[in-house]
Amino acid sequence: MTEASPEVSRREFLVRAARAGATLAVAGAAAVALHDPRAPSGSATLATSSGPPLPDWSLKDDGPRMAIITGRDRRRTLERGLDALGGIGRFIRPGDRVLLKPNAGFATPPDLGATTHPDVVQAMVRLCLAAGARSVVVTDNPVGDPDTSFRLSGIAEAAEQAGATLLFPRESMFRAVSLQGSALIRDWPILAGPFDGIDRVIGICPVKDHMRSGATMSLKNWYGLLGGRRNLFHQRISEIIRDLSMLVRPTLVILDGTTVMRRNGPTGGALDDLEIANTLIASLDPVAADAFAATLLGRQPGDLPWLAMAAAAGSGTADWESLKPRREAVD
Amino acid sequence: MRIVTVRRVSQGFFLGWFLWFCAVTAFGEGRFQARGWPLNLFLQLDPLPALATTLATGTLYAGLLWALATVVLTVVLGRAFCGWVCPFGTLHQAIGWMGRRLRRGQRARVNQPSRLQGIKYFVLAAILASASADLVRGSASLAGHLSPALQAVAAAAACLIAFLAISRLVRSRSRAAAWSIAMVGLWALAGRVLPGDEVFASTDLVGWLDPIAFLTRGMGTVVLPLLDRSVGLFFSAPRHVQGGALLGILLAASLLANLAIPRFFCRFLCPSGALMGLLGRNALWRVARTTASCSQCAACDADCEGACQPSGAIRTSECVLCMNCLPACKETVITFRTRPSEAGEHPLPDASRRGVLLSLASGFALAPILRLGAEAGAATPPALVRPPGALPEPQFLDRCLRCGQCMRICPTGVLQPAGVETGIEALWTPVLNNRLGTSGCQPNCIACGSVCPTAAIRPFTLDEKLGRAGHHATGPVKIGCAFVDRGRCLPWAMGRPCIVCQENCPVSPKAIVLEPWVEALREGPWQVSGVDAGTVRLAGAPLRPGRIAGGDYLIASALMPGLGLSLRDNTTDSVVLARPEDAANLAIGTRVEIRVRLHRPYIDPVRCTGCGVCEHECPVAGLRAVRITSENESRDPRRSMVRE
Repeated sequence: MTEASPEVSRREFLVRAARAGATLAVAGAAAVALHDPRAPSGSATLATSSGPPLPDWSLKDDGPRMAIITGRDRRRTLERGLDALGGIGRFIRPGDRVLLKPNAGFATPPDLGATTHPDVVQAMVRLCLAAGARSVVVTDNPVGDPDTSFRLSGIAEAAEQAGATLLFPRESMFRAVSLQGSALIRDWPILAGPFDGIDRVIGICPVKDHMRSGATMSLKNWYGLLGGRRNLFHQRISEIIRDLSMLVRPTLVILDGTTVMRRNGPTGGALDDLEIANTLIASLDPVAADAFAATLLGRQPGDLPWLAMAAAAGSGTADWESLKPRREAVD
Repeated sequence: MRIVTVRRVSQGFFLGWFLWFCAVTAFGEGRFQARGWPLNLFLQLDPLPALATTLATGTLYAGLLWALATVVLTVVLGRAFCGWVCPFGTLHQAIGWMGRRLRRGQRARVNQPSRLQGIKYFVLAAILASASADLVRGSASLAGHLSPALQAVAAAAACLIAFLAISRLVRSRSRAAAWSIAMVGLWALAGRVLPGDEVFASTDLVGWLDPIAFLTRGMGTVVLPLLDRSVGLFFSAPRHVQGGALLGILLAASLLANLAIPRFFCRFLCPSGALMGLLGRNALWRVARTTASCSQCAACDADCEGACQPSGAIRTSECVLCMNCLPACKETVITFRTRPSEAGEHPLPDASRRGVLLSLASGFALAPILRLGAEAGAATPPALVRPPGALPEPQFLDRCLRCGQCMRICPTGVLQPAGVETGIEALWTPVLNNRLGTSGCQPNCIACGSVCPTAAIRPFTLDEKLGRAGHHATGPVKIGCAFVDRGRCLPWAMGRPCIVCQENCPVSPKAIVLEPWVEALREGPWQVSGVDAGTVRLAGAPLRPGRIAGGDYLIASALMPGLGLSLRDNTTDSVVLARPEDAANLAIGTRVEIRVRLHRPYIDPVRCTGCGVCEHECPVAGLRAVRITSENESRDPRRSMVRE
């Protein structure tokens, strides 16, 4: 084929025609198959995959719903709180897969109270495993660098020592979720991966001052499940807290008010920002728990509009006294 | 075992360690974390960074003393580091081997010495000259403190030393004498006339082309961030690198060039290899031919890594001691011994005297040209936010190797290689980019200062960084200051509540202060058209249902005392009062406005450390509404904004 011969043989012509035809057929078929007469939709999707909202993990039995325990030792107040609610067996059945959501939001040491105290996380993990839980997952999407936040807050070490699995947020764990009745959680990335196959969800958080929402407690703790540029929601903070109360219906929430952050929240940074309140709240009703915990910060439930909004959304009651909480003291 | 096998084992051994030190990135004690590994060992063994920073600063910092080991090795054996230790050289050799031609003749042709191999000596001369400006001027002006008689003695001594050196290069004694007097005169003149200001200063540009710095930077900013995406072992979150495209292309180009010419970088560009070529000119052992003539089969040249022509008069400064020629020679006339080759040898590189002088002059002029824009002084780019512990900019530039160790170990990935927009001289030095990384500079982290091999970022303690335990007087280390862009800030410009910057400020008390502010919605005003049990109907612009839910909004008339009545919800044409009894204050027909309660952020420059957490968190996704610039950084008191 180096020199073009003046005459083309019939055989050569047919081969060439067949090759040309095949090229045209492939190009034509591909063009028709891939043809898109419309332009693609204009905006980017927020998350790589989407899925259903999270299931409801709340307990619907008639047992006591809230316990307020005073005492200095977090492990003992936690144990007493669970006992007052009927024992850990009410919440954890053998074989359960449990997810704990602490507040690991910031890369600060535990003494500064900006994150859930590692002692409570550790005690809760141990109690769950002792009650026969198959596995305990601890996860959060911190504000600060995830690795540093989990390590420096002491939560990583405490959880791992007690036998829990730590899950740091990775892109693949986020799913776009649209929450019915929410104007804000629409096609928004949620840290939903760690919740797959989970039987029990427990929120564990500190009690802290917050400039925008007045206070950050068990409901705002779920903010840590939001992905994307979630800070946008701060302009409608009460609504996002209400929506989060609808997104996550936990089995139990623990509010650790042993020390509370009275000012400079939610990051703190100095021991002066903390005050000793020696109170731990265990509650099946996160709204009631937050309504009571607000009083530890010197605020009234009426000061926090999102409490009434969350209550109206069916997430609990802001009238915590109506639950007749068990009040006990550990010395 | 054959000598070539031993060499390969050695290369594999050192490459393995180098890669391991690159892989153990994170600051910590875990299996894949830095622990106590000597992460900088190869940067320290490389003699060029040690020499250049010593010329620029007058001292040999800490672990850079390891370079002495390589100097000893090189003086005794020649460029053994290049052929046996250097991980970059090993990669070049491996890739060159993959791309080698099959025919021996072709290979031998590619491996013939080229005049272009002199380029690396010019690069070396320019780097060392630009690093030694302060030294030349400083040492020359020292003589000014001596009495005239002593000055004459010093000048004579300098002339004598110069004559001894130059007479080895120049055959004619009179010309050598003339040259030495001229050079000492030039040196004295330089000491007198050069102003010694921020422009006429030394700069350490060694990192751009130093092989270990080049590869370390490439690993940390290109290879590991890409590899981590699939294996997830090296960083706690996927890492992004600003200007990574250029870094990646240069790394790939430097490696792929070996397919055309083996050890392309080593032969033509490597300034460290050039330095070792000079250091090894008196090597006690060298590759040599045992007979004056041979069959000239070129088997030795075919696999010669250094292009030093072992088949003829060997260029010892180019020989990287790969030892490929020893087993290749079927006549067994090539060996490694103390006696010079019978075929003769070229101990000095093939770099013209004129070229070297020109390179020295260019290098000497380079720093002033780079500094003419005063990027290291009066016109420091605002975006040039250096990590905590960074020395004042001129001293920083005297030391930074651009190796990227600080960026690699930074737990949040906020430390990034600077591009050219902060000045060409600062290219690839560490700066903070708060839009990248998982957070800003973490208050409780001292990793960058602990890892820096040259103390461009000096080691600092946590107490010092946080300004506690004896460091109260100097306060916390500030790397810059936050500024609110009022035209972009939600509460300042758009009537939307937001306190995200203040909320995330990790300083206590917070460096961002919020001032309450109330303003009317621009859709208003409205007129009350009906009041019914806490619901107020409004005539006017329609409202989006739920727009004012959440407790941030008030309704007020001009006559009403106070800010207004709290609202809790709305429909298109009505609002719901938070307290129904407030309805008594609103009569039908009243002109009302809806007000929003805002908090406007202000920065306290005394407390702000410039950590950048606020900028990272600001919900304005593009150009953030709160941004850090380098004003107020503690390392340069002239740049502080407030005096207290």
